[in-house]
Amino acid sequence: MSSTSSPVTTASQPPSAQSGGSKNTPRLRTRRKHTPGRPKRSVLLTVLTGLIMLYTVVPLVWLVISATKTQDGLATSSGLWFSHKFALWENIHDTFTYHDGIFVRWLLNTLLYVVLGAGGATLLAILGGYALAKFNFPGKRAVFAVVIGAVAVPGTALAVPTFLMFSKMGLTDTPWAVIIPSLVSPFGLYLMWVFATEAIPTELMEAARIDGAGEIRTFFQVAMPLLAPGTVTVLLFTTVATWNNYFLPLIMLKDPNWYPLTLGLDAWNSQAQTIGGDVIFNLVITGSLLTIVPLIAAFLLLQKYWQSGLAAGSVKE
Amino acid sequence: MRRTTGRLLRGFAVLSVLALGATACGGSDNNSSGQKAVSAADIQAALKKGGTVNVWAWEPTLKTVAADFQKKYPKVKINLVGDRSGDKHYTALSNAIAAGKGVPDVAQVEYFALSQYSLTKGLSDLAPYGADKLAAKYTPGPWNAVSEGDKVYGLPMDSGPMAMFYNKKVFDKYKIAVPTTWDEYVDAARKLHKADPKVYIANDAGDAGFTTSMLWQAGSRPYKVDGTKVTVNFEDAGAKKYTDTWQKLIDEKLVAPINGWTDDWYKGLGDGTIATLTTGAWMPANFVSGVPNASGDWRAAPMPQWTKGDKASAENGGSSLALPALGKNKELAYAFVEYANSGDGVQTRIKQGAFPATKAELQSTEFQNTKFDYFGGQEANKIFAESAANVASDWSYLPFQQYANSIFNDTVGKAYISGTKLAAGLKSWQDASIKYGNEQGFTVSK
Repeated sequence: MSSTSSPVTTASQPPSAQSGGSKNTPRLRTRRKHTPGRPKRSVLLTVLTGLIMLYTVVPLVWLVISATKTQDGLATSSGLWFSHKFALWENIHDTFTYHDGIFVRWLLNTLLYVVLGAGGATLLAILGGYALAKFNFPGKRAVFAVVIGAVAVPGTALAVPTFLMFSKMGLTDTPWAVIIPSLVSPFGLYLMWVFATEAIPTELMEAARIDGAGEIRTFFQVAMPLLAPGTVTVLLFTTVATWNNYFLPLIMLKDPNWYPLTLGLDAWNSQAQTIGGDVIFNLVITGSLLTIVPLIAAFLLLQKYWQSGLAAGSVKE
Repeated sequence: MRRTTGRLLRGFAVLSVLALGATACGGSDNNSSGQKAVSAADIQAALKKGGTVNVWAWEPTLKTVAADFQKKYPKVKINLVGDRSGDKHYTALSNAIAAGKGVPDVAQVEYFALSQYSLTKGLSDLAPYGADKLAAKYTPGPWNAVSEGDKVYGLPMDSGPMAMFYNKKVFDKYKIAVPTTWDEYVDAARKLHKADPKVYIANDAGDAGFTTSMLWQAGSRPYKVDGTKVTVNFEDAGAKKYTDTWQKLIDEKLVAPINGWTDDWYKGLGDGTIATLTTGAWMPANFVSGVPNASGDWRAAPMPQWTKGDKASAENGGSSLALPALGKNKELAYAFVEYANSGDGVQTRIKQGAFPATKAELQSTEFQNTKFDYFGGQEANKIFAESAANVASDWSYLPFQQYANSIFNDTVGKAYISGTKLAAGLKSWQDASIKYGNEQGFTVSK
């Protein structure tokens, strides 16, 4: 999943800029003034942007087109155009009903993991980030070092040790094995920490205290609203991370009834690599399309908060 | 993405197997040799008492077998968990064994991976349950794969005696004879590709399983295993036969650079781009489900030979059901394995397209006379059964074959993409395997 917010303004520029040159010298270009409002146009950049746009959009187009094909149609038609039979509705129906509708179960599992895992991670990041930004306590520098270190360790490297630990606790093959590790988001914590430092003026907190607000009230009524853009940003990050998480559930879960969508679709895909297995690429593709729809929706709905969150603190006011 | 995940997975599988080796060494004294014999009466009593058997297996026909078994023994519940195959399956199995918890009572283990688990004492010896008396039931290839001396580490579930599947429509169209030797195969490859540059005799982008099977047929025996003493040597005459011939196909770009089991592969099998497929006899079921649009185009033929008139064959793929040492309900688990792979389950599974490893079924007239609609009514099982009987039984895999296969594409696989010679690739595969084996505590030499 990648966002497609490429600024392709230069691509649509009409070629009439050449009109200043005479017909005999078509290569001559008129000089333009470059201002921030009217940036320099570069052919190279336009081409590069175009290529990157193709790179990000073509797979999506392929996915949408392929989702309209039957298994037979997939094997007999070109990847980027429709086959003779339009089977999208049929595919969606089959995706939801194949194997007694296990896809719906996987979808609900994913939602459960996202709500509890990503939601919980965001809540913990807000609390931790706020505390680290606005309070002084012994060992704060050590916490900083641990958090920065934790950002650098890829989650996959921790998967097997985590598995062994959870196995000892008897939690493997249960939803907790996916939810509990998802609660930890060092990057989210770091982001909230930086954000809280910038977004909450210490004077405001002092004013609230002088007015008689307790710490809890100060946090919920003064700090939380100010942290909203950062919260949305972290929520988006953790949601995407949990929604797309593949490796952790792969290690932790064996029972298909607890699979998230990523594992479920992978299981469907690997049926084609199994002796005597059912080949259902059409359902894998349709399922993948259905899987990214909620993510796209989340991005579009939360986009404006997210962007303002990213830019916060970047300009001195 | 897939590739990286696969690599990571393999890494973890290997790590876990190490951990498993360490744990197994500690507790091996009490269960290795002094196992008590389990009588048929004990097993019957267990079946009457009932219980749950957790089975990790992806073989699709086991669903029906499990249902039938539960009908026959209503007190037994078979909990079949099987969505993942290959690497991911072994990672999960190794992790569970390393953790000592959540280990299944029965696990599907492919022949190439069996010794990896049996050597670290991760699997129960089935001989005390009476499995040793079943030897005569199975064809030599699979039985050799599951047994080690007087120990039996699993019952063969299916087998993959090799055959050559070919697209008759393509061969007829260009009036090219179906090859019976590998020399004819190279000729046919040239003619086909010349007649239509889009057509390739085969797809091959480097596949460890296929290469080892080819070496097996050519008489090469690269792996010798004697306890922890292992030799790896790809320099015998058989290996030379294989590399010389296959090098020609690669050099002249006569094999399509398509990986097996991908959507491109299914597409190529369907539209005639890939004209032959030399693989295990379990393939027909996959043709039916994966390439339905080419029904009637394909036929089966014996595997091409190195010397005209020979009948040498090899195995490709195939798996067993084994009992992990840490599993529970051993009697019930064995009863299920026996039912599925030696008893009534065999017939059920054949009816659904599985390829048996049992002699009686292979030789039965019903099996041999089965007409395959997909192959235009051909009685293909006759070819497969003959192949099964002609598999040499002295082949062995490495006790760390899973790892070796995982580095195949980094060593031998280079020959398919970068102009390295196949023989040189095998040499570096050999070196890497020796190095790894020694690091794991084996004594590996050339």
